Parts: sequence; structure tokens; C-alpha cells
Amino acid sequence: MKRKKIPLTEQLGVHTILFAAFLVMAIPFFWMVSTSFKNPDEIYIFPPRWIPHRPTLSNYIELFESVDFARPLLNTIIVAVVSTFLSVMLSAMAGYGFAKFRFRGKEKLFLMVLATLMVPGQMTLIPVYLILNSMNLLNTYAGLILPGVASAFGIFFMRQFIMSIPDELIDAAKIDGAKEFFIFLKIILPLSKPALATLTIFNFVGAWNSFLWPLIVATDEKMYTLPVAISVVQGQYGEKIALQMSGSFIVIIPIIIVFLFAQKYIIKGLSMTGMKF
Amino acid sequence: MKTRLSAILIFIGPALAIMTIFILIPIALSLLISVTDFNVYAIFDWRNASFIGFQNFVDLFLDSIFWKALFNTFYALGVAMPLTIIFSLLFALLLNRGATHFKSFFRLSLYLPSITNTVAIAVVWAWLLNPRYGLLNWFLGIFGIPGQNWLSDPKWAMPSIIALVVWKAIGPNMLLFLAGLQNIPDFLYEAAELDGANRWKQFLHVTLPSLRPQMLFVSVMLVIGYLQLFEEPYMLTKGGPLNSTISIVLYLYKQGFYQFNFGYASAVAVVLFGIILTLTAIQMRLRKYQE
Repeated sequence: MKRKKIPLTEQLGVHTILFAAFLVMAIPFFWMVSTSFKNPDEIYIFPPRWIPHRPTLSNYIELFESVDFARPLLNTIIVAVVSTFLSVMLSAMAGYGFAKFRFRGKEKLFLMVLATLMVPGQMTLIPVYLILNSMNLLNTYAGLILPGVASAFGIFFMRQFIMSIPDELIDAAKIDGAKEFFIFLKIILPLSKPALATLTIFNFVGAWNSFLWPLIVATDEKMYTLPVAISVVQGQYGEKIALQMSGSFIVIIPIIIVFLFAQKYIIKGLSMTGMKF
Repeated sequence: MKTRLSAILIFIGPALAIMTIFILIPIALSLLISVTDFNVYAIFDWRNASFIGFQNFVDLFLDSIFWKALFNTFYALGVAMPLTIIFSLLFALLLNRGATHFKSFFRLSLYLPSITNTVAIAVVWAWLLNPRYGLLNWFLGIFGIPGQNWLSDPKWAMPSIIALVVWKAIGPNMLLFLAGLQNIPDFLYEAAELDGANRWKQFLHVTLPSLRPQMLFVSVMLVIGYLQLFEEPYMLTKGGPLNSTISIVLYLYKQGFYQFNFGYASAVAVVLFGIILTLTAIQMRLRKYQE
């Protein structure tokens, strides 16, 4: 295709719009970081000061010393890591079963799994609360983790991927006497690495950011996760803006780091889900 | 050859068992609880709840706050959904141009808000929107525009929430549109150009029809997502001022976990489920009709 000359005004206009969008997206993050290093007297200055003149770590120190942010940080790491691992494993196992096993009623069973995607999570909020309560699992790690680990989306996602693995590979292994477990470990899992990576990242981000469930399951301070803790900090320390900003920064930064390392998986996963629809 | 039952149980069993306990049984329970007067006395002894038929739904119908929550949720959906689609598509088009520079940088910055924690970033937004010391009112002041009490003025509270919602939603939808745009073959545009179509006509008659699958996916997901609006109003306004930002899910949460009216809150959940099912079915039907 021949290259047309693009008018300078168009180039200028496009890049101005994109730069404005960049500012709108970036300023809240910048302002959060900047405020979190400010002394109280620098916060209530008008017009606002972009960079603190006398940056301080005191907000972060207060966050860990008097608010005890370490506990929710630890809780969130435990819950996010364990639930991501369990969820990815369960999805891969069930996805393998639905993709490659042969048994009667498989399609119907799979449809039932998919049908749960239609149900909003809030529909199960109260019953799950009651079930967890009757199992004495409120305010426990199990209560925070278990309700979310079986995901219809994850099973669907893994099934779609595993279906593209040729049957011949599996049949050849079976002729050599391999059992399903061996095939899963030595053939399916290694060949599914891209899908596993994508699902892991999606689940981790989801578990890290989850709010409504921990809010009802973890009512005891000791079991707070980061989002719950930050919402409590906002309520209790309404005047301490810098403290709130340092808390928000700690909640947000791990996900940004994960994202920067795993960008390509997220983008690939997103376009995969969109295409299959 | 059929797979052995033991293998089926080992591989599919655990996921199905957990789904049964935490999704299937709760769905049934939810329907059941919605026709009872389940309240705080029944939490530790379920026998204290009794069947009251459709009383909860009748009460809901007469509950002005519930209507307010319905109105607010649809207000948010009706404004945020078109804005999200327009902005996502606009940025996807700009990033899809051959002559645009710094593509991955702009893509990253547009995407970043969507993965950040809503609760934490809402705390930041509350600070940005602070009437006296917030950045937004300072910025408007430069142009001589008077600042507002964004979150405590019933007129501005919902638009403020919608702004945060759209700000967060643009990234992933932009990526979906971008993937769709990259799949449109060049020859379609070349043919349109030969027919004398200008760029606007090419957009209307080539680009938009080719994006139909992405458009459907995005709009179904946005409807489902926005109907479940919760974290933004919970963090920014707690539903106030004067219930001007209370959403269906926030009302459900308040009825359920402030007042422990589990029966009543379950009725709210059932209504929400009904609305989501209906709207999704309509969107699917429209898609079939279009084809």
C-alpha cells in the first residue's frame, strides 16, 4: 500500500489527545506518591505543591508502627498466593478432564459449569457467609480462600487451550501405558505454560484486589486484607491524608510490578477471551 | 475408550465439589432465603427464620430507597457504558494508526488504572476531589471555573463516581478493540477507498461492522459489570449524600451486613440476578437479529 503523507496538524492533534489521556491516567498515581512523602503542613497548602520540599518517610513508618499494616500485607500475600495456586491447579485439572476425557454426560456437566458464569457473585454472598459461619470458617484463611478457588472462567479457559493439544500425543503416551496423572504432569502441563501463566496473573491480580468477599469474611482485625485495611484507615484516619496515600501506594505497587513483568500474558489473555466470544 | 471413573473423580471432582458447595448450593439457598424473614436471630439457628412468601419482594416494590438504588445503578450504567465504549474505541483507533509514536507507552498508561486496586485508588480520588485542597478544583480554578463539592453535592456525587468507573474501565476494552482492529484486512479499506469512501465513511462501513463481535462482548461485560457497581460508591460516598449514589449491590450489602436482614437482602440479590439475565438475553437476541 502506498504511504500517504500525513498532515502535521493531524499528527499533532493525535499526540496531544494521547498525551492528555496519559496525564489523566498518570496524575492520580503521581499525586498519591507525592502526597505520601509529605509532612502534614505541606498537604494543606494551596495551590498544591507537586513535589514535597522536605520529603519524609514518617507516613510509612506510622503505617507499619501504629496502624500495623504488616498484618494485612502478610494476609493478602498468603491469600493471593495460595488461592492463585489452588485456582490454577483446579482449573487445569478440570479443564484437562473436560477437554480430553471421554464419559457420558460430559457436555451437560460442562454446560452447567458455564451456566454459573451468568450468576453475579452477590447472589451467593449471603448463603456463602452462612455456610462459612456454620463451618466456623469466618475469619480464617480457608474462609478467605476456598469460596473463590473453583472458577468457571478458569476451567473454560484451560479447556479451550488443552483442546488444541493433539490427541495423538496423549494416545501415544497411553499406548506406552501412561495413566492420566502422568499424562497431565508430563504432557498437558508443560504444553499449557502460556495459558497457565495468563491464568496465574489474572487470578493473582483478582485475588489481590478482591474487596467485597474479604469485607464480609474477615471482620476481625487480625484477618484483614489490604483493601479492607485501607478502607478502615480511610474511615478512622480521615484527617491523615498522607497516611492514606502511603497505604494506597503499598496496596497498588505490587500489582504494578507484577504487571510490568507480565504485560504480554495479560494482553494475550485479554485478546484471547475477546476473540473466542 | 472411556476414561476410568477414578480419573474423572480425581481431575474434575475437586473443582465440581467446591463449585457445588460455594456456588450451586448457595444459588438455591439464595432463592430460598429470599422468601423468608431471615434476620440476625436466624444466623446461629436457621430455625428462627420462617417462610413469608413473596413479602420481601412486595416490600422491595414499595421501598423508595430500593427504587433510588435501581435508578442510580441504571444512571451509572447509562452514562458510563457509552463513555467507556467511545473512549476505548477512540484510543484504540489512535493507537492503531501506523504513524502514531510511543504506542506501547500510551497503551501501558491507559491500561494501568484498570489493574490497580479500586479501593486504594478510590482513596486517592477522594483526595483529588477534595473541595478545598484537591487538585481538581485547583485545576478548574486556573480557568476561572468554580470548584464543586464533588462528593457531598447530590448533583455531582454520581458523576464523580462515574468518572472513576470510566477511568478504570478504558484500558482492557481498548485492548479488545485494538485486537479487533488489527484483524481487519487491509483490502477492505483499499476497496472502500477505490469506491471513493472518505475516512469517516470507511469508519462507518468497514471498521464498525468488522468490530461487531468485540462490541457485543464489551457491551455484555460492561452491562454485567456496571450493574454490580459497589466499590466506588462504598469508598467515595457510602451511598450518600441523600442516597444519591446508593447502588443495588451497595443496598444489598447494607441490608445484609449492616442490618442483617438476610431475607430482604437476598430478595435484592434475586432481583439483580433477574435484571442481569434479562439484559444479557436481550443483547444476545439483538446480536442474532443483526446477523
